[in-house]
Amino acid sequence: MSESVKYKIIKILSEQTLLDPSEIKDNLSLEDLGIDSLALVEIVFSIEETFNITIPFNANDPTNSTFDISNVSSIVSAVENLVNSASGKN
Amino acid sequence: MHRVVITGAGAVSSLGADLSSNFKSLSEGKSGISKIEFLNSDRLSIKIGGQIKNYNPDIHFTKQEKSIYDKFTQFALIATKQAVLSSGWEFQKNDNSDIGVILGTAGGGLQTQDENYRQVYEEGKNRVHPLIVPKLMNNAAASNVSIKFNVQGPSFTIASACSSSNHAMGQAFNLIRSGVIKAAITGGSESMLCFGGIKAWEGLRIMSKEACRPFCKNRDGMVQGEGAAIFIFENYKDAKKRGANILAEVAGFSMTSDAIDIVNPSKKGAARAMIGALKDAKFNPEDVEYINAHGTGTLANDKTECAAIKEVFKSHANKLMISSTKSMHGHLIGGTGAVELLGCLLALNKQIIAPTINFIKKDPDCDLDIVPNIARQKNVKCVISNSFAFGGTNAVIALKKGP
Repeated sequence: MSESVKYKIIKILSEQTLLDPSEIKDNLSLEDLGIDSLALVEIVFSIEETFNITIPFNANDPTNSTFDISNVSSIVSAVENLVNSASGKN
Repeated sequence: MHRVVITGAGAVSSLGADLSSNFKSLSEGKSGISKIEFLNSDRLSIKIGGQIKNYNPDIHFTKQEKSIYDKFTQFALIATKQAVLSSGWEFQKNDNSDIGVILGTAGGGLQTQDENYRQVYEEGKNRVHPLIVPKLMNNAAASNVSIKFNVQGPSFTIASACSSSNHAMGQAFNLIRSGVIKAAITGGSESMLCFGGIKAWEGLRIMSKEACRPFCKNRDGMVQGEGAAIFIFENYKDAKKRGANILAEVAGFSMTSDAIDIVNPSKKGAARAMIGALKDAKFNPEDVEYINAHGTGTLANDKTECAAIKEVFKSHANKLMISSTKSMHGHLIGGTGAVELLGCLLALNKQIIAPTINFIKKDPDCDLDIVPNIARQKNVKCVISNSFAFGGTNAVIALKKGP
């Protein structure tokens, strides 16, 4: 389950950044990946569409949210949590 | 070059149904933001807006008129009627070929589009009302004003997102100043508070779910509003000759483009627009006592705008007052520059500086006098009003006390 969430997110990031999936490592930040604010809202949209979840993200207050966008790994974890909540799993 | 003055004003917004109630609300720091109520609003994550509640078009329009006037046109006509009445100008008596109608709007007849798309795609209808094209077109408000008030000079609409109204008023100013026309009905209107209108904005992630808090450390985005404000701009010599009541002089106008980003603002572009307006108005930076800010309540705009103000006004930036009336009426997008001009007229005519409400905590990036929460009394002579729109299109208008 985890692998497929991570795989899908890396695919989304790869499409947005035009980087090869192998270059999108866990510890890289948005800045490291060259993702600016416009690209970020597009990524948030793609993730929501892919997983049918609602991400509590406000561009005016990006750090003050339960959705941790610090790096690739934190994004994957945050999405996993939302997917699990949405499907009623704990 | 002719001098241009403002001899009439009218408004309808969440702050009130006419000019005096809008002035009163601005003076009292009253919020017009409330829970939005329209079809499918429960499906939105944004639940607040500057919606005009208890709006009854039947008191203004016939059934036939309602069928061809989108709400954005209705608001423009209501405000125009007030402006014309207050100006003492008798439009119906002449051919008015040297008078224009120049209005701003971003969404135009968006509500009409939204309703009719819903009918064809959601409800599967095969027929729509025959007159939806003239109803939804962006120039519907300007054209219907021209028809209603027999204005036979140039009539057109400017759509430049959040700068639409400032651009429209700037064009009216320039056309009168250069002698092409002798007066204009100008300003703007917007009515995008419908499901599609808000849903489109949600994706950008810049809207607040709670309140519009310009310049506040706790700010978390913009709140949309609707309404219209319309003004009569006139050649000063004519206004003086007919003994018109002069609300202000339009002193200068400037328009620039950032040429950088489609949504994010630029300090340089904003600064250039303000410098241009000062130069055009022949204001020294120290002459400006009040700025009606663009002040959307977003992280990006407010920080950038304050930085730009500091760059333009240098040490004087700490002495002048800046407020964002969007905190009260919301962001009217294409109509916002017009409704914000009311804040300038309030300052110049009633010596009241409207506050930036919902302010809780100081942001070091916005450490200027933003007139938090409570209006102030001050006799000011020179003011400017900023609009910095998506696409990096900027328009700043400068007013001074009427002669």
